[in-house]
Amino acid sequence: MLYEQIQSNKRRTVFLLIGFLALVGIVGAAVGYLLLKSLVTGIIGALLVGVIYAVIMISNATDVVMAMNHGTEVTSADQAPELWHTVEDMAMVAQVPMPRVFIIEDESPNAFATGNNPKNAAVAATTGLIALMNRNELEGVIGHEISHVRNYDIRISTIALALTAAISFLINLGSNWWLFGSGSRDRDNRDSGGGGQLLVFILSLVVMIFAPLVAAVIQMAISRNREYLADAGSVALTRNPQELIAALRKLNSAPPMSHVDESSAALYISDPLKKKARLFDTHPPIEERIARLEKM
Amino acid sequence: MTFLIIIAVIAIVAIIWISVYNGLVKSRMHTKESWSQIDVQLKRRNDLIPNLVNTVKGYADFEKSTLQAVTDARTKVNNAQGPADTMVASDQLSGALTHLFAVAEAYPELKASNNFTKLQEELTNTENKIAYSRQLFNTTTASYNAKLQTFPSNVIAGIHHFEPSEFIAVPETEKEVPTVKF
Repeated sequence: MLYEQIQSNKRRTVFLLIGFLALVGIVGAAVGYLLLKSLVTGIIGALLVGVIYAVIMISNATDVVMAMNHGTEVTSADQAPELWHTVEDMAMVAQVPMPRVFIIEDESPNAFATGNNPKNAAVAATTGLIALMNRNELEGVIGHEISHVRNYDIRISTIALALTAAISFLINLGSNWWLFGSGSRDRDNRDSGGGGQLLVFILSLVVMIFAPLVAAVIQMAISRNREYLADAGSVALTRNPQELIAALRKLNSAPPMSHVDESSAALYISDPLKKKARLFDTHPPIEERIARLEKM
Repeated sequence: MTFLIIIAVIAIVAIIWISVYNGLVKSRMHTKESWSQIDVQLKRRNDLIPNLVNTVKGYADFEKSTLQAVTDARTKVNNAQGPADTMVASDQLSGALTHLFAVAEAYPELKASNNFTKLQEELTNTENKIAYSRQLFNTTTASYNAKLQTFPSNVIAGIHHFEPSEFIAVPETEKEVPTVKF
């Protein structure tokens, strides 16, 4: 089952890339039309920006994501013995190389893993997680993150994160122009005019409004099911579902994180924003995760 | 033509033979590696214990029998031969250490000592590593032994005399909380 999960993750990464590139192209066409009256220039420009952005992001995934989330690297066991040793243990049983370890200064307990493959992975935990969890509960949480590393979940979520960031960059570009550059638009409209032009214009606006939603749906599709699998993976490593259940309960009742990078929210073990009943929820409800663990 | 076909068949069989053989060697190496991981942790724990005993000794009224049990169990681990015996001794030592730390709860000054808390973290870490490397050892052993029993690797393993690797039994008492009497 694990092997199938890794294969399906690798396959889905390809579909995800294609889907996201199509979306980047569509957004590019919309922005290009609004800015330059040229669909083709927009598409080429957006793909160029998107691909360069994604490549840079993916090749430096760990450092970029950690910087976005204010993570500080821990380089020896002395700095955070409990966390370091737990990561070491979990990596050993999961048979993955020891990932880099980061700490985020935040009272709310949370953790995530990132990286483009198991060899370049990193695990981050908040100071609140270390303070609030006992050792066995910490093992459950870190086991969950190490499962994400082993299952190649980190690669797919990092790519999704990079491409979502590229899309919001393009949309910001387009909407800034829309707000501040309306003078040139009026002149251009008078020059060209025509019903077809108006239709493309409206479509462009629609794309710019709905693209973030589509990006959210893609992210949601890739992350919900994997949380259940990572929970199961954690239990396979620690052989101790009760401790993970206890840890999830603590995560559930915790306050939201004080400064969280919204685009990375899907990476965390529990939703760091603690939004109630969102339509595009990236995390399955904790109650449901606990219910599944109790059946094991 | 027939000659070429015979050459080709021999070549294919040779390639399969070599890759299965290498797979077996690799698998056997994994079990040995995971055993040496356990061994490293056992040695580490044995190195830490004299420090712990010295730290605790300073607290005059600390139960002598508890300390003696730890020291005795440590000697047994040192003298044990072979994985199965070593692990039985190791489990006794784990039990003795758990008991010691449980007793230490009643000594607030000891618990406040920096040296003691550091040793406690180190020893908890080694105990966990022993448990997890044992789990890993059994996983690698299971996959190696499976290769010895399935076709075609069993044929090649038989010819080259690959011996099955022994599992380490997980003690029944491992997850039990020890009873502490004062």
